[in-house]
Amino acid sequence: MNPSPPVSQLSTEPLTGNPRFSVRGLEFFYGDFHALTGITIDVRENSVTAFIGPSGCGKSTFLRCLNRMNDLIPGTRLEGTITLDGADIYGSGVDPVDLRRRVGMIFQQPNPFPMSIYDNVAFGPRLHGVTKRAELDEIVEKALVRANVWKEVKDIMGRGGLTLSGGQQQRLCIARVLAVQPDVLLMDEPCSAIDPTSVQKVEDLMAELKNSVTIIIVTHNMQQAARVSDETAFFLQEKQGEAAELIEFGRTAEIFTSPRDRRTEDYITGRFG
Amino acid sequence: MDKRWTNRIALGVLWLCGITTVTILGAVILYVFVRGVGQITPEFIFTKPHGVNAEGGIGPTIIATMYVTGLSMLIVTPIAVLAAVYLAEYAVQGKLVDAIRFAADTLASVPSIVMGLFGFALFVEVMGLGFSVLSGALALSFLMLPIVMRATEEAIRAVPKYIRWGSYGLGASKWQTVSRIVLPSALPRILTGIILAMGRAVGETAVVIFTMGQAVYLPISPLDSGRSMTVHLYMLAMEGINMDAAYGTALLLMVMVLFFNLSARWLAARNRRLQG
Amino acid sequence: MAEPLETKRAPEAGAARTLKMMSRATYIQEALLKNLFLTCAIAAVAGVALIFFFVGFRGWPVIEDPGLAAFLFGSEWSSTLGKFGIGPLVTGTLVVTIGALVFGAPLAIGTAIFLSEIATPTVRGIVRPAVELLAGVPSVVFGFFGLVIVRPFVAELTGSMGFGPLTASLILAVMIVPTIATLTEDALRSVPPGIREASYAMGATTWQTIYKVLVPAAKIGIFDAIILGMGRAIGETMAVVMVAGNAPQFFEGLGAPIATITSQIVIDMSYASGTHRTALFGLAIILFIISMGLVAIVRALSRLNAKRS
Repeated sequence: MNPSPPVSQLSTEPLTGNPRFSVRGLEFFYGDFHALTGITIDVRENSVTAFIGPSGCGKSTFLRCLNRMNDLIPGTRLEGTITLDGADIYGSGVDPVDLRRRVGMIFQQPNPFPMSIYDNVAFGPRLHGVTKRAELDEIVEKALVRANVWKEVKDIMGRGGLTLSGGQQQRLCIARVLAVQPDVLLMDEPCSAIDPTSVQKVEDLMAELKNSVTIIIVTHNMQQAARVSDETAFFLQEKQGEAAELIEFGRTAEIFTSPRDRRTEDYITGRFG
Repeated sequence: MDKRWTNRIALGVLWLCGITTVTILGAVILYVFVRGVGQITPEFIFTKPHGVNAEGGIGPTIIATMYVTGLSMLIVTPIAVLAAVYLAEYAVQGKLVDAIRFAADTLASVPSIVMGLFGFALFVEVMGLGFSVLSGALALSFLMLPIVMRATEEAIRAVPKYIRWGSYGLGASKWQTVSRIVLPSALPRILTGIILAMGRAVGETAVVIFTMGQAVYLPISPLDSGRSMTVHLYMLAMEGINMDAAYGTALLLMVMVLFFNLSARWLAARNRRLQG
Repeated sequence: MAEPLETKRAPEAGAARTLKMMSRATYIQEALLKNLFLTCAIAAVAGVALIFFFVGFRGWPVIEDPGLAAFLFGSEWSSTLGKFGIGPLVTGTLVVTIGALVFGAPLAIGTAIFLSEIATPTVRGIVRPAVELLAGVPSVVFGFFGLVIVRPFVAELTGSMGFGPLTASLILAVMIVPTIATLTEDALRSVPPGIREASYAMGATTWQTIYKVLVPAAKIGIFDAIILGMGRAIGETMAVVMVAGNAPQFFEGLGAPIATITSQIVIDMSYASGTHRTALFGLAIILFIISMGLVAIVRALSRLNAKRS
């Protein structure tokens, strides 16, 4: 375990990586409800970006715009652009299915499929055409190793994924996503339904993974955001029924120690939320 | 009267209702069992009836019943399951979905005698299939359609949305998600629905009497006619010629129906246990 | 795939470079599958339409021969006289249905209240399956049971052969118990638990809670249940044929033979031809319309219920 340094010792140097996701002037609607407005943000490669804010502030909704998961909800509408490595993900003809392969997602509730551990991890590669057993074995092992759960499951690969503990299930789900080799990993409050030891393991995992995968995490837990992220974005819906906005975005150390916006400061210091 | 006494008497009456219902079922089963069990011999099960009093066995009617039930299951399952997939996964609330549900509800409540006449008019006469196992199976599939459809739709809706998201999040298409994740998860409950519908088909009389015929043949081809166990029981009971055979037939029929119903219950209970 | 989002965007937004376009094959495959499922779903609608069409097609000529008025308002059904008036059959159906509801509905509703409010889990574990299994018992078996067990009792009671409205009503009453009980229990269970607790907290007894609070709260559901039970009684065929006596005459007594719409079809179908057969299909149209009407009532009620809550 890596004891994380206090926030004040974190770097405030601007990140230099290329922007992976570039969002410009995003507006998002659920039917008549205007959920998000004027979101403009760049998420850089090889970094962990945390989305924070009170519940209902639209951070999960925004996250789900990034892999077009919101397409699955009828009546949603989006304006503005989101590009991934320069390509418009809502461009006409873009296959959302392929996008979701490149932009993996981890959910709040661990959601292993009702099948064996092996089949859970092999599900994605099989979808995308890998059929040879040896090749699958290798992909599955590599993914489980990367997700830090290999040692715990290597002897019980035939057992149902649902028999694992909550924390193991979540890491299994991470392995399942890693098996399709995504460029980006979206994590929607991945630690809110698992025990503290497992939380530690998942956080360590994020630190290791960010060298190869861009990570965006939505979290309610500000300590967690401070521990794991390089940059932090603060979202806020100021009044009930109004569209949520991106209030402030910058290096995590800056957001937590010297926020520019009063509302960010109020939230960070626990005055609301 | 003291409200405590009113309460006691009322609760007593409600207890009595519960007990009466159980007693009626028990009485029907017990009576049929006691009077019928003496009839059940290998000869009764395997040979065919003969003579003016329908002595001998009821073999061909058992075969005809299983044949027509199996065939109707094969006809109805793909249609009903795919229809339910549409309603649960693809359909957007609207006039069309309303119409489909209204039709399914109506189909579920159309009296079986109407289905029988319909099957007679369409399959036996217009389509020229004659009195046959196939006509009977086609008519029965109309009866089973709403049962299997509803069970499947409920089963699909019971699959947690988180699991679907996991699949979509890995880059699975809609069909991949439905076929590899949703349907396998819903399978036990779908099977329960199919088995219950088969139980209904086994016990059905009014539909098969006018579509499969009443002659005691051993059906081989789907175009052969046959007499189901229910029709056999009806004819024996109405003509009052061989009441012993009627009791035996009723018992075997009950055993078959109970078998289907109990397997469905067992499957449902096992599924609940597995999913915790 | 889900419907693509409507997106408005600046025209200069570049086309995807690194993202794969949706392949035409995938697109076509998904669209084909969706349409296949839709076709299957429409099979249910087509089924109802087919039934209506074929039964209607065969029964329609009754408006010419014997004529609509003679058919609907005639008071005699006799194939030998060539008279096909449904009066006696409709009254027969009415009598046995009312009888079934009089005996069956209280028993079913009582059983449902017992299951949802009184029975311990163990007792419930016995009664609930019994209700479900009762629903699975074939109607010929009920008819047979009525013929050999219930009929002799009724014969003694009424001093007749025992074929007639009373025996038929009793058997039908048992057959509609599962329908009414299951749906009533669902209705009672959907009453929020808070309402029960509030009633008990005010010092109400179990019975007061049931009849002053729960039954009124669930009344639309219970009414639905009774209507569907009624539909089952109207449409039930084989059990009635076996115990009703099958004489198409007006009600003459609890033990005097009668016929219902359904039983007359079964009895006559084996030999009917010409106008007679047409009249039988005419009866089927009437049954079909009744059952569709009952479904429409139930749906309208549930919509009303949804609007209210």
